[in-house]
Amino acid sequence: MPRRGRVVTAKRAFTVWALGVFAFLYLPIGVMALFAFNKPSPAALEGFHGSNVCDIPPSQLGNLTVWNGFTTCWFKVGLHDPTYIPAILTSARIAAGAAIVSTLLGLAAALALARMNKFVRVPFDSLVYLTLVVPEIVIAVASLIFFVQLPHYVPFFPPLGAWTIFFGQVVFGASLSMLVIRARFVGMGDSLEEAGYDLGSGRLATFRQVTLPRLFPAIISAALLSFTFSFDDYVLPAFTNGTTNTWPIVLYSAVRFGITPAVNALATLMLAVTILVIAVTGLVLRRSRVSAMAGDATAETPAPIPVR
Amino acid sequence: MTASEEVTRGEGRRRRSFSPRYPGWLTTPSLLYYAIFFLGPLAILVAFSFATQTGFNAITYGFDTSQYHLITGADGLYIHIFERTLVMAGTGSILTMLVGYPIAYWMARYLTTYKMLMLLLVLVPFWTSFLIRTYALKIILDPHGYLAKDLGIDIMYTKYAVAVGLVYNYLPLFIIPVFASLERMDWTLVEAATDLGAKPFNAFRQITLRLTLPGVVTGALLVFIPMSGEYIIPNILSGGNYEFVGNVIGDQFASAQNQPFGSALSIGLMIALSGFVALYILVATKEERFGA
Repeated sequence: MPRRGRVVTAKRAFTVWALGVFAFLYLPIGVMALFAFNKPSPAALEGFHGSNVCDIPPSQLGNLTVWNGFTTCWFKVGLHDPTYIPAILTSARIAAGAAIVSTLLGLAAALALARMNKFVRVPFDSLVYLTLVVPEIVIAVASLIFFVQLPHYVPFFPPLGAWTIFFGQVVFGASLSMLVIRARFVGMGDSLEEAGYDLGSGRLATFRQVTLPRLFPAIISAALLSFTFSFDDYVLPAFTNGTTNTWPIVLYSAVRFGITPAVNALATLMLAVTILVIAVTGLVLRRSRVSAMAGDATAETPAPIPVR
Repeated sequence: MTASEEVTRGEGRRRRSFSPRYPGWLTTPSLLYYAIFFLGPLAILVAFSFATQTGFNAITYGFDTSQYHLITGADGLYIHIFERTLVMAGTGSILTMLVGYPIAYWMARYLTTYKMLMLLLVLVPFWTSFLIRTYALKIILDPHGYLAKDLGIDIMYTKYAVAVGLVYNYLPLFIIPVFASLERMDWTLVEAATDLGAKPFNAFRQITLRLTLPGVVTGALLVFIPMSGEYIIPNILSGGNYEFVGNVIGDQFASAQNQPFGSALSIGLMIALSGFVALYILVATKEERFGA
């Protein structure tokens, strides 16, 4: 059967292409993780007489983009570095705050907007989408000017630092959360809420007992998305940080400097944590019979959202 | 017309006991927040772009258009950077489409059991740090690495590295909307076409591609707009050899300290992208209506 044969060939060609794309997506990450276990170059090892090869200063490590041998000492170096760990903690604190505030703002707006008439909704939506697509470098420099000028007029406004990073990031986080939560809210319809009212439950009780539990997966994904965005964000914090160092900021300066296996080690640990969190959240949400992870959000999110 | 309205009409007498609505004031907190922390900075950016630099870190507000003249003048230097940015973002978007469409098609058309797993595999890089991904790419592309030494692909610190970086980082963002539109497609139409004698490629071109065009347009805008505003990728992968407008803007605030000029460049970038942004918002809010 010639037609069947052609279908099989087409399928095979697409599968080969897909495997190639997956290799493209994962090879760099895999190599980075592998090189977190890489020894310094043979030339560097020859001139070194200490016991711990990771004590060799970064500038004398030699070529680290080829495999020189196995060691685990970079993880120790990374985890004991005086700049990396405090920066990671700062980032985590800012991201946790941004995730909570973004999700609350997004939830409130999503509830009201979902069932509003379109003359209110469309302008509001346009503003929300605008916050997502204006280039981040533009927002970053605009926020820098704004945060520098504001203390002249508002006496208690904090100077550049963790607070200003947080203020800037919540704009993006709130928009992201609103769209994720509203997609779920619109998707689940209002019949169960109506049943709640019909059975004599009040507004607040219906919200607490019917709406909120069903929105829960979307609220969790919104919070996780906002956290991830804030935690990994470089451009906005790079301009509004003052003297505060976040993890992407110290990562960026290390990356510009060159290849440091201690950075590979920490980046690999972070990747492992991210994948673990995705897996656990996915399992928890699947157990609650509704998965609202980004994967299923494609079916429920009305319009795709850019995530930087 | 929603289903409930239909019921109301059909039965005449039965009215909904209650339409569950939430009070409009719930939008006030976010609206206020956007007004202060989003529109506020943009407004002051516009004011700065018309201000005059009167010394180091000192400016006077006014209506001085000289910064905009500097963008269009300066022997076309800055216009050239704008052109380069848009051309590179366009190239990156087209490459992303060529790489991404087949894999979205493969997932939607041929996979059943492993469909969600593969989608997750596409999404995982998307959930990991942009900076770490770019750094990972830098290790692979390093001039002393295997790719350069053994395969002769030495493209680090060139525009080719920037192009690879753009595709690598934005690929998932394109695949998601295209996959969603392929998932919504009715494949029996393609079957009908081929049964009636259409060649597979013609069936694809006239049915599949046409039906998934909205997803392709959304995906293309979704990658083109942020690519044009890119800052990290050109900085790390071109090492300053292939700067985007975003990098020039950043320089005005980091080292050059010409904030009015940096502000004018930012406004210029927004104007250059405004058509695409407007189209994206139109498509996004329109799709919203189908969802509601």
